[in-house]
Amino acid sequence: MSKDIRVKKGLDLKLKGEADKNIVAAPQSSIYAIKPADFHAMVPKLLLKEGAIVKAGEPIFYSKYDEKVKFAAPVSGTITEILRGAKRRILEVRISPNTSNEAVHHENMDLATASADQVRDLLLESGCWPFIIQRPYSVIANSGDTPKSIFISAYATAPLAGDPEVYLADKMGDFQAGITALSKLTSGKVHLSVGKGSSLQGVENAEVHTVTGPHPAGNVGVQIHKLDPINMGERVWTVGPEDVATIGHLFLTGEFKPERTVALVGTDAKESDRKYYNTIVGAQVNSIIGTVDTDHTRIISGDVLTGDRLSNDQFLNYYHNTLTLIPEGNEYAFFGWMPFTRNNVPSNAGTSFSKLLGGKRTVDTNLNGEERALVVTGEMEEMLPMDIYPLQLIKACMAGNIEQMENLGIYEVAPEDFALIDFTNTSKLEAQEVIRLGLDLMITEVG
Amino acid sequence: MKWVRNKLDQARKPFEPGQKFEKFAPAINAFDTFLYTPNHTTKKGAHIRDVVDLKRTMITVVFALIPALLFGMWNTGAQYLYQDLGLANVTDVPFWDAFIEGAILVTPLIIVSYVVGLTIEFIFAIYRGHEVNEGYLVTGLLIPMIFPVDIPLWMLAISVAFAVLIGKEAFGGTGMNILNPALTARAFAFFAYPLYMSGNAIWVHQGATDSISGETILGTLAQGKSVAYSFFDAAAGFIPGSVSETSTIAVLLGAAILILTKVGSWRIILSGFAGAAVMGLIFNAFGLNALMQFDWYMHLVVGGLAFGLVFMATDPVSAAQTMKGKWIYGFLCGFFGVMIRVFNPAYPEGIMLAILLMNVFAPTIDHYVIQGNVSKRKKRLAKAKAQLQTA
Repeated sequence: MSKDIRVKKGLDLKLKGEADKNIVAAPQSSIYAIKPADFHAMVPKLLLKEGAIVKAGEPIFYSKYDEKVKFAAPVSGTITEILRGAKRRILEVRISPNTSNEAVHHENMDLATASADQVRDLLLESGCWPFIIQRPYSVIANSGDTPKSIFISAYATAPLAGDPEVYLADKMGDFQAGITALSKLTSGKVHLSVGKGSSLQGVENAEVHTVTGPHPAGNVGVQIHKLDPINMGERVWTVGPEDVATIGHLFLTGEFKPERTVALVGTDAKESDRKYYNTIVGAQVNSIIGTVDTDHTRIISGDVLTGDRLSNDQFLNYYHNTLTLIPEGNEYAFFGWMPFTRNNVPSNAGTSFSKLLGGKRTVDTNLNGEERALVVTGEMEEMLPMDIYPLQLIKACMAGNIEQMENLGIYEVAPEDFALIDFTNTSKLEAQEVIRLGLDLMITEVG
Repeated sequence: MKWVRNKLDQARKPFEPGQKFEKFAPAINAFDTFLYTPNHTTKKGAHIRDVVDLKRTMITVVFALIPALLFGMWNTGAQYLYQDLGLANVTDVPFWDAFIEGAILVTPLIIVSYVVGLTIEFIFAIYRGHEVNEGYLVTGLLIPMIFPVDIPLWMLAISVAFAVLIGKEAFGGTGMNILNPALTARAFAFFAYPLYMSGNAIWVHQGATDSISGETILGTLAQGKSVAYSFFDAAAGFIPGSVSETSTIAVLLGAAILILTKVGSWRIILSGFAGAAVMGLIFNAFGLNALMQFDWYMHLVVGGLAFGLVFMATDPVSAAQTMKGKWIYGFLCGFFGVMIRVFNPAYPEGIMLAILLMNVFAPTIDHYVIQGNVSKRKKRLAKAKAQLQTA
């Protein structure tokens, strides 16, 4: 039986710069890259060297601590460069595509009769496994785990985020197959959350939930918390909606074809350019946006709350369906702290008319103040629709108090759930970073 | 405006990292960021940020204090002139005469409080290498507002220094203090200089030297006399008392600002008044002596109760931090405030002690509220384990 999810707390940031709901094919990127940094806490072990020629779907590296988890080339081509950073850490594996479009072909599998182990082996072998994210910790799932349930959120509430309804429209067959495949892997159910009036209501082999409410209602973590909260020692998996379709495509055709439909949004993107672009995972952002002046414009892979900052020649994050361009706010504001001034900046505070005035806003990246000691209380709770004390959890993470973190529900949260707290908190505390460090501590200490 | 910015940029140069006055950067930063919200952009985490910052929040509290402060200036002058001139009513004193007289008396207190407090704040910011926190903007104004007008300035200075050093910085600075700094200053003066902080002759200017009587209602009651002021006098604040706490109406105006801007917790304010009313009603029901018979609604308007609940109890650092905790904390502030008032007339100003007491207990209240959440989570885990075993 499906349960509806109603979320009251949170904040819908209404920003200018939405994407038109048209999907166009993006020009082919001259170079693609897989960045190990996109896979948090994963240490890569290379399988191929610079200069190697790869087919699409051919493994290029695997996870040091879970050797079965392989990462495949998104396109066929040549590994032109393996970019390394400090301590020879691998930053990017760059592939320049060739025209052969050769792909690794896996055996077709009949999902109706396939066993869980068969499904699992194909996902691992094909390079689809990294799409499966595990909660707690928000990292790639262990290859040996059986989760108590799998959650897919096809309801995007983050500001200007790409809408799954748009980019799944042409992939319903793949999406359904992906859900069926995933449903084999859990001892419980696959939960699919959709918005009101969604075209995904009829999906089979999953429990479909209708979600209403402001951001972060679309965050899969909030949905898990409302439906089937994670207890200590339990594992829940989450998969992004387009990744489910990629998994389904694998089972239907035997090919790993990691398409990525990216919504180009934000006020610094030309209005005529703001639409959905169909490209491949790891595409270089200038293939979509050309070259922009990064002194005045910030390129964000992802949404404005959780995304990664990029430069022109960098690459889309492995998981993101949104590409945002907003102005840098590196300007002074005369007496900018005066209450009820600067109402054009979006705000949840009572000391600005911003919320009362309503309407869509232009945002920039100004910090609008400086970091200060934690003074104001009660504001974080308004942004986290979970039965969790956010301030106390943040403090426990800062102190590295593992027992207290467990008690306060660290297993149920991911950094993205604290993104709105980043945005609203008066002290300009980096809540997402604190939670990430807290989770990292849990990974090393508890596992 | 460009000119100011350029001048500031020039003035900042010796304070840049690697320059001569690098260490003193927090001092120049404090002035710079007062004039201009800086051009800093987000480096990590969310790329966009709310317009609210601690300056905006603290300035809002200062704005909320203005009605009480202005009224306090008028009342200080009016109470003095009314008796000095031998008028029939406080309200007969010419408005501007009263206000100017009061302003002349009160302004030195404010200046001393800010100069002493901010000096210590700046020194600690430079010593600890962090930016100057804005919290003292509020504390520095609160302190003179809750002192008697004739407190010698050096006593005020010492009280401020004690509050900032021992009450706040010793615990790690803004955000770490256990007790409300402004009340710490008052409590320090109350016990260190009782002659200047209590009794019946100090609440009006020159009350101790001239034969001006400046008894507060609470003082009168403690002596078993009947009260000469009506509910309206007390609510409007035409009565002697500390500088700015007398007018419940002016305080509630400030409360409205705090609540509408969501800067102050309405939960604490509301439950605080409820707690005081409940305790008042309980005493009324027994009615054993004059203090106990004092009507419960009068308790809400006399003395510093309203001022304390609105501006002191709501200090987010020293109050309870959880929602449920705030209800309990506020209620007990009001409850104990009236209790101390009635049971111990030697300390007529019970609300100060009640809030300080509750400051100490706020973490305990929070602890139990949070334990409720923790045990819920543990029960859920136990249930899940039990299910797993039966399955």
